[in-house]
Amino acid sequence: MKLLVPVKRVIDYNVKPRVKADNSGVETAGVKMSMNPFDEIAVEEAVRLKEKGVATEIVVVSVGAAQAADTLRTAMAMGADRAILVQAEEAPEPLAVAKILRALVEREQPRLVLMGKQAIDDDMNATGQMLAGLLGWGQGTFASKIEAGGDALSVTREVDGGLETISLVLPAIVTVDLRLNEPRYASLPNIMKARKKPLETIAAAGLGVDVAPRLQTLRVVEPPERKAGIRVGSVAELVNKLRDEARVI
Amino acid sequence: MTVLVLLDHADGAVSQASRSAVAAAGRLGEVHGLVAGDGVAAVAEAAARIQGLSRVLVADAEAFAHSLPEPLAALLQSLSGAYDHVLAPATATGKNVLPRLAALLDVQPVSEVVAIEGPDTFVRPIYAGSALATVRSGDAKKLLTIRAAAFDPAPAEGGTATVEAATLPADLPAPARFVSAELSRSERPDLSSARVVVSGGRGMGSGENFSLLAPIADSLGAAIGASRAAVDAGYVPNDYQVGQTGKIVAPELYLAVGISGAIQHLAGMKDSKIIVAVNKDAEAPIFAVADYGLVGDLFTVLPELQAELNKTA
Repeated sequence: MKLLVPVKRVIDYNVKPRVKADNSGVETAGVKMSMNPFDEIAVEEAVRLKEKGVATEIVVVSVGAAQAADTLRTAMAMGADRAILVQAEEAPEPLAVAKILRALVEREQPRLVLMGKQAIDDDMNATGQMLAGLLGWGQGTFASKIEAGGDALSVTREVDGGLETISLVLPAIVTVDLRLNEPRYASLPNIMKARKKPLETIAAAGLGVDVAPRLQTLRVVEPPERKAGIRVGSVAELVNKLRDEARVI
Repeated sequence: MTVLVLLDHADGAVSQASRSAVAAAGRLGEVHGLVAGDGVAAVAEAAARIQGLSRVLVADAEAFAHSLPEPLAALLQSLSGAYDHVLAPATATGKNVLPRLAALLDVQPVSEVVAIEGPDTFVRPIYAGSALATVRSGDAKKLLTIRAAAFDPAPAEGGTATVEAATLPADLPAPARFVSAELSRSERPDLSSARVVVSGGRGMGSGENFSLLAPIADSLGAAIGASRAAVDAGYVPNDYQVGQTGKIVAPELYLAVGISGAIQHLAGMKDSKIIVAVNKDAEAPIFAVADYGLVGDLFTVLPELQAELNKTA
């Protein structure tokens, strides 16, 4: 079974994002960038499926600037076989990304698309569901466990009340949640090997997809800052404050 | 303008998050609600009493039994023609189905809306709440998920909506099948809508130690939550998680015990009215957002707190 795994290059998980002075967005210049952590989990799961003999080939794809090639190399160092970089000027919206991915799915014919449930930059949580909608495929979102068996896939999902298990007919889209696995670190030999793996670059325009944004960002601001309050010296003082000052108990 | 709101429900009741979505929709125009499920006549009757709804559409069929997104999105697509806006609460169901619907309608959805500034202008958090983006949608139809914590829910009683059966599409796709659910059962209030939340972090040290939080939660009528670290460590199930990728809560009182306060956790609770932090590390970032901070060993503090609350109760 061939797998397609989309990955996104985002501001590193550990960096505190800064709003630009002109309120047009968040500063990305000179900021450490990494693979979206949820996508890393998707790559890891794909590699595990290959190690189990379920997957035969893992194709990773990224939509974005030329530097996204670094993210694709990381995915290949983890174990993906080859990569496609769809070069686009500005970060396209989920709808445009879903349309680009649909074009690649039609070309590559994977049986399963594994991807992060959301990117930690725009927190949109939409691309996987949208790709599934465009393709008319079944979707298993927020997956914390995946079991392959024949023409179906069992997916355990993290939902509001706990866990839910569904069975998906393949081909399908699965978006992964935090607890699916713990991604491996790429070893130095594998990083070296990844440099020789094929990376194809294509222009978004070449796919015949309309990537014009539908949303206009009017402004980006810092949220109102929450001020630190006071330290209390004892439990009794805390309870008094909560009762008499804050009046919440 | 007319707005359609997907009302999700569990155990025969419309979720509070859905009533928050109804309240948000009220800023945009006349509001209709959709109840989809299998055997949901009573849910629809209850929905009709929610204030702010003028009409409740009911799609009662086996295909909708487990809110699977494929048939639900097809249903919403067939109903959407009459509406300028389609809203869903940003719950597991809403987040699952609304983007799929958006793709079917060729619309870029707007997720986790926290403020409505106009019929096409919405505010949403990005980067785990490190920034707020105001966006204007150029799509003819606007599709939004609504962050419940940002809108007071529409009252559950007092409304007088009409109830009518929705026309179902002839073809309902079914590429997925529900197998089983493993849901937490609790006598406590729902975490997303509780007035008080008591959360534990990695500092709790074990799942057993979470039982130290139970009597305090009972005294306060609180729900119990957890940080990602505590869930990852296996102390409590996933549905306890508060944070960027877990539940977003905004209770009157949030008590964070043994939680360091990673940005991803703060994203899920920093809109709480009063935040209390108990942590033995005086430098923990949680203290930077806490109204009341108590530096101390939680294994000493929690029994004392329980005793103090019992005294005042």
